[in-house]
Amino acid sequence: MTNQIVQGILLGGYYALIACGLSFMFSVMRIINLAHGSLAVLSAFALWLLASRFHIPPFLGLAIVLPLMAVIGWALQRFLLERSARGGALLPILTTFGLAIVIDNVLFEQFGADTRSLAPFIGSLSYDSWEWPGSLYVGKLAVIIFVTAVVLLGGLQLFLTRTGLGRSIRATSEDPDTAGLVGVDARRANAIAAAIAMVTVGLAGAFLGMRATFDPYAGATQLLFAFEAAVIGGVGSLWGTLIGGIVLALAQTLGATVHPQGFLIGGHIAFLIVLFIRLYTSGLGLGGLLRLSTGKAS
Amino acid sequence: MSTASPVIERGTVASRIAGCGVAIIILLLAVAPQFLSAGVVDRMTALFIYVILAAMWNALAGFGGLVSVGQQVFFGLGAYFTIRLANAGLNPFVSLFVSAVIVGTVSWPISLLMLRLRNGEFAIGMWVIAALTHLLVNLDRLIQGETGTSLISLNVYDASTRRVTIYWLALASMTALLAVLFGLLRGSTGAAIRAIRDNEDAAASVGVRVTGTKRLLFVLAAFGIGVAGALWLATAITFQPKTYFSVQWTAYMIFMVLVGGIGTFEGAILGALLFFIIETWFGGTGVWYLIGLGATALVFSLLLPRGLWGTLEDRFGWRILSVGYRVRLPVNASDTTGGTAPPAQVTTSREKA
Repeated sequence: MTNQIVQGILLGGYYALIACGLSFMFSVMRIINLAHGSLAVLSAFALWLLASRFHIPPFLGLAIVLPLMAVIGWALQRFLLERSARGGALLPILTTFGLAIVIDNVLFEQFGADTRSLAPFIGSLSYDSWEWPGSLYVGKLAVIIFVTAVVLLGGLQLFLTRTGLGRSIRATSEDPDTAGLVGVDARRANAIAAAIAMVTVGLAGAFLGMRATFDPYAGATQLLFAFEAAVIGGVGSLWGTLIGGIVLALAQTLGATVHPQGFLIGGHIAFLIVLFIRLYTSGLGLGGLLRLSTGKAS
Repeated sequence: MSTASPVIERGTVASRIAGCGVAIIILLLAVAPQFLSAGVVDRMTALFIYVILAAMWNALAGFGGLVSVGQQVFFGLGAYFTIRLANAGLNPFVSLFVSAVIVGTVSWPISLLMLRLRNGEFAIGMWVIAALTHLLVNLDRLIQGETGTSLISLNVYDASTRRVTIYWLALASMTALLAVLFGLLRGSTGAAIRAIRDNEDAAASVGVRVTGTKRLLFVLAAFGIGVAGALWLATAITFQPKTYFSVQWTAYMIFMVLVGGIGTFEGAILGALLFFIIETWFGGTGVWYLIGLGATALVFSLLLPRGLWGTLEDRFGWRILSVGYRVRLPVNASDTTGGTAPPAQVTTSREKA
């Protein structure tokens, strides 16, 4: 049991990683990017291509893919989201959904239906584990992912509170017009925020590829995980996504012990329960309580 | 009434002619199977189902302001409950509609939770519901997981009777659902619906029952899409959860409505027709066809968010199946309706899609 809880918490790190970009973009631009999961899968395929075709190991490949993801994020905001957001709150949903369909099917066209994994390219890391007291075996990769998630969330938090750029992004998220009055370039702040979000998506895609398998249509599931973790933790709260990710992963682990097909069901039900509590207690869910105690994270 | 007072119209001459035209078209479609080949009858049935899907998604998104990417849940449930009812011994054709009623009933408790979400949260929240429902349906032993099952009891009818019966049922369902939607939009609820579409907060401030109206649209859309799913099962016979609960269905709905014209009654029908033609021509190209659909939806949402019909309506003042009001100022009685100054009360302009 302890073993499963530990594994669940570590898996939660991955969910936090994929959720934080979604949550971040929502809190800054008020947009939920439905192509979020597809973009993570795109990043995984890019790393796979680099590794299998050019023999660049995934961790080194990140040096190429992450800047690329930043450019994609910037372009996404400038050419798609900014334009569609002007047409109201509903259009960006449709735009990003169209984008997700395009990405998924282009990937399918290029790479076929085979499931891939980055595990063969990271040597023994994919199965190495540490033995913890109490004969607990924890995978090195799972720990690396969890630590990366914590560092990333902490880094983002510091960036948003301590740097000028971070403050201008927060100002834009609060009120773009007023921010503009005091000299913040809202377009630039949004584009940078989108670029940062896509870097986190790229990183999440890399870990998705290393810890599991992926195929061209895997994006939808990743989007749902990201969304569930973000909502459980309270959308817009950075540390909330970590809590949300862990709750989601624990619920899935619990689901899997109840029924062989219960892994995903457990996660979805946990999401709905938290949603129910949150909606019927005027915003005071897990994330709400967390936000009250830590102040608004972003 | 003094001569200076404006004239309030519910339609134009064109829309009255169109009303008669629609009746004639439906009559022609009803007798069409006599003259069409089996393959064409099947394709026409698919077209009717597409029109239902487009009209129902449009009712929800275009009029209720609720963009859902999880509407496949009702499509899948419509088919699933049909299988279950037919398995319990109910006549398969009766099962189709009982199933849709159950889907509508099930959608009510779902609406209690989901309608509290807004915009993107509602969109993906519905997707979660669809994913969860898909998994739960897979647990049913009758369905045998992803292997699926078939609507075997339909085999007692011979192929041609079955084909024509399903054709008529699809035509009748489409006509009835469109009529209900049309009636709803023209009646007093229609004013509330369009007020919500244009500005939810403002509508609430003048006493429109926002949530109640949205719930009505949500349940109607669930019921209609349930009918569509059940009819699709009747034509396809086999039920594989993966196919019916696929997000592809929602992608089709979004494509049809976005291209045709979101928030216009005629637009959804036009979109379904265009989708049908595109599918007939390019459906065989597989993945490129899907890329094309996604890209077209993307381009329309960026460049032509009001869709083809919405744009034409704006430019030429076309009204065929008019659900709104027109106020004509009797300044120049000889003016054509298209040439009158666009009065504020005509529900053409929209800030929000």
